[in-house]
Amino acid sequence: MPALHITNPISEQDLLKLRAGDRVLLNGTIYTARDAAHKRMAESLQKGEALPFDIAGQTIYYVGPTPAKPGQVIGSAGPTTSGRMDKYTPALLDLGLKGMIGKGYRSEEVIESMKKNQAVYFAAIGGSGALIAKSIKSMEVMAYGDLGPEAIYKLTIKDFPAVVIIDSEGNDWYKIGKQQFQEQTRNVEKFSSRISE
Amino acid sequence: MCREANFELGQDVVEAFQSALKKETSETGKDILEQLILNADIARSERVPMCQDTGVSVFIVEVGQDCHIAGGSIYDAINEGVKKGYEEGYLRHSIVDHPITREKSKGYNTPSIIHIELVPGDELVIHMSAKGGGSENMSALKMLKPADGLEGIKDYILSIVAQAGPNACPPLVVGVGIGGNFERCAYLAKKSLFRPIGHRSDRPEISELETELMEKINQLGIGPQGMGGNTTALDVKIEIEPCHIAALPVAVNLNCHASRHKEVRI
Repeated sequence: MPALHITNPISEQDLLKLRAGDRVLLNGTIYTARDAAHKRMAESLQKGEALPFDIAGQTIYYVGPTPAKPGQVIGSAGPTTSGRMDKYTPALLDLGLKGMIGKGYRSEEVIESMKKNQAVYFAAIGGSGALIAKSIKSMEVMAYGDLGPEAIYKLTIKDFPAVVIIDSEGNDWYKIGKQQFQEQTRNVEKFSSRISE
Repeated sequence: MCREANFELGQDVVEAFQSALKKETSETGKDILEQLILNADIARSERVPMCQDTGVSVFIVEVGQDCHIAGGSIYDAINEGVKKGYEEGYLRHSIVDHPITREKSKGYNTPSIIHIELVPGDELVIHMSAKGGGSENMSALKMLKPADGLEGIKDYILSIVAQAGPNACPPLVVGVGIGGNFERCAYLAKKSLFRPIGHRSDRPEISELETELMEKINQLGIGPQGMGGNTTALDVKIEIEPCHIAALPVAVNLNCHASRHKEVRI
């Protein structure tokens, strides 16, 4: 199936039609944030302060790019592991965050919150930072500039390749995709329990 | 050295991608492998890092016992080199000085992790690896019981790879240490990752185990980036050492597909 072209911020119509496993090319505007920026956003919310940008309807990309060389828009910019942001994510979803781009598993709490708030989680290819940088057309600091690569940047992207991992119904491609290729008959989830404690 | 490691993916890894591409049956998996090959090409030709996580620099330095190091500390010299290489090469500064307060380190991407081994001869061999954080986070060590035996070892290794799933950026290079003691075992797992892909253990029984585990891991279905497929590992490497009669330590150090290693011989 050819990749679907999706513009960010994502329309409700697009969001609801995306299904786990769909290959997409993302366009439009997204915001970067990783560990340190999430921590600061959570602290702001705790104090009752506003976030440094209006998160409603937006997409966050979990990335900490390398410094841009002269003449480059951005350095290498592949996804980081999303699970580290899980603790902070449900609060952002409640504020209207609609899209997340990263790599790796999400917690049950995040998936439940995504279903409740109708959001989608994409994975980009981890370790393909040089290639992904080609689809990033502009970059400007939005907030927390002192955090360097961990600051919040506003990015304009064109044909950024990704795969829908968790859709708004909570279907998880990491589970579905694996099942088709699982030849190993031993139950891997039970491996650890076989080992004496 | 640091720049080369981050810009130029080793030929062993590129060849492993190519041979995986021939065997992979998942369409998404093939697509990912193709993009990884393309990514490595861009990094090499444009002199940019293949991955934004340019890693912690881990060194294994073999110092010949007849070799004399003059003019200062070898630790300082290595850290100076890393600082210079990372800063001037536009690589990412990814080190915090304090693990709890998370204060950023003042020396650009240093200190490095430096292991020194004293060996016969008068040579100095510096092996460097740029080790990513995602795969390191999914690594683990367990003190098994001798009664768990070979089956317990295999089950443990498979369970760690299965748990890591997409998080460690498969296809992986799986480094395993068996034996030694608590800290030595983790070091053995790390050391095994310095062997080029396709390079089997000299011990026939271990070489056989590497091949068997490679096959079993690739039957887990995790596939490239955890999106399903039969390329979960590019290689499995095992190092063993003697251990206590009561012990069976097993360490699994995962490496993402960006297996970045360089060597300098002086």
